[in-house]
Amino acid sequence: MIEIKNISKSFSGVQVLDDVSFTFQKGKTNLIIGKSGSGKSVLTKCIVGLLEPDEGEIIYDGRSFRGINNKERKEIRKELGMLFQGGALFDSLSVEENVAFPLKMFSNSSKEEILERTNFCLNRVNIINKNNLFPAEISGGMQKRVAIARAIAMNPKYLFCDEPNSGLDPVTAIVIDELIKEITEEYQMTTVVITHDMNSVLEIGDNIMFIYEGMNKWVGDRNTILNTDVKELNNFVYVSKFLRQFKEML
Amino acid sequence: MFYHIGRYTTMLSYLFAKPERVSTYWKRLIDEIIQLGVKSLFMVVLMSAFMGAVLVIQTASAIESAWIPDYTVGFTVKQTLILEFCPTIISLILAGKVGSNIASELGTMRVTEQIDALEVMGVNSIGFLIGPKILGSLFIFPILIMYSMFFGFVGGWALCYLTEIIPIEQYLLGIQSFSYENYEYLRYALIKTVFFAFIITSVSSYFGYYTSGGALEVGKSSTKAVVYSSILILMINVLLTQLLLD
Ligand SMILES: Nc1ncnc2c1ncn2[C@@H]1O[C@H](COP(=O)(O)OP(=O)(O)O)[C@@H](O)[C@H]1O
Ligand SMILES: [Mg+2]
Repeated sequence: MIEIKNISKSFSGVQVLDDVSFTFQKGKTNLIIGKSGSGKSVLTKCIVGLLEPDEGEIIYDGRSFRGINNKERKEIRKELGMLFQGGALFDSLSVEENVAFPLKMFSNSSKEEILERTNFCLNRVNIINKNNLFPAEISGGMQKRVAIARAIAMNPKYLFCDEPNSGLDPVTAIVIDELIKEITEEYQMTTVVITHDMNSVLEIGDNIMFIYEGMNKWVGDRNTILNTDVKELNNFVYVSKFLRQFKEML
Repeated sequence: MFYHIGRYTTMLSYLFAKPERVSTYWKRLIDEIIQLGVKSLFMVVLMSAFMGAVLVIQTASAIESAWIPDYTVGFTVKQTLILEFCPTIISLILAGKVGSNIASELGTMRVTEQIDALEVMGVNSIGFLIGPKILGSLFIFPILIMYSMFFGFVGGWALCYLTEIIPIEQYLLGIQSFSYENYEYLRYALIKTVFFAFIITSVSSYFGYYTSGGALEVGKSSTKAVVYSSILILMINVLLTQLLLD
């Protein structure tokens, strides 16, 4: 479980996050949804410590993440996996070396154990016999899956995914979404998924927070999102004319 | 300006943090030595040989006089190569090649969030990415410069051999003269090189690491890296020449 309380952040006077609070639950896929530019990535970067919020608290299972020293932060970071918007695989390393990287840096396992764990993670995301290829040599969907394998290599308690299916075709996108949901339930992780894709929202949204211009405007799940009276959320959900007509029929 | 100096200093302070894994760091260091040094060797050798040849022609035509012995040409070429040409000009050329290479590599890693990925894992990305580049260059650049000197002499020798502009024995006599001072000058050249190596890798890393935006900004960072490291090299060169040759 991750609790965030009253997070605010501004960049040179421009307020990007305004008093955001939420609780991300364990064993569930928690969604942060909202338009592009609404502050989703900034919020996530604040939670994992890539950016410092101006105000607010971040609590990982009772352990405060702010106001602690670098060493204590590192301990929490070892329990945390992140999938970046573009995959962020290391270009200069092969698929296998990418997944093995965190294990080599932080675990005390032997070479054989690392290889075994690497192959296990790659199998888990259905990447088989691609160990020696480089990121540039595999498709976007595969890169995302390898990035998931790398994110789960250290058996994280917390998994963050920034727009896991952006830039993918709809079929591959659903495969990635389902993979994330399965892994979350299997390992009882606290998973945070950023998305602006309504398909994902309805598919995997166990616990959803809607962010609008840096503010938390709505909290719910995939069952309640279709009948809400928050105007900004309705505009987000029912974007197309077709969907608006569909809503009137309901 | 002060903002850049402050952030540059902060960056340097992160370099001294203890590496997460010594074995990985060691492997990174070897990789960088190959990337920065060995892969520049061919270019350095080729340029130095041609410059050595040109210096022989120019010097020979400048001091064409019955009163000055032919070995003076060899002597002057040697002084020029050791004192200025090899350490400074080759460093400027390396600033172009290695500097843009480093800045675009780190810039790309920044805009594709690879640096963020390292940080989230808990890796000190500055120490891990930049540390081995700086250390590697401090080690390999002086070696490159010595190669450059040697092949500069060889270039001059080849020219004498092919054109008989001055007799080869005279050239070699000039090259070998005044051997005690040679060590002094060599020491001076190598000290300069170490400073230049540090400037090239740290300044280029700085511009690459702090890139923000997209592919366009990566290109801009790489240009800035080359421009600023070249200017700094020339400025520091004046300073060091004053200090060391006095
Ligand atoms: N490092 C930064 N410096 C200044 N402004 C930023 C920075 N990062 C993001 N922003 C601004 O914050 C806003 C929210 O961005 P972001 O969180 O990336 O949106 P998204 O919801 O699409 O992920 C945008 O207007 C963006 O321009
Ligand atoms: Mg984003």
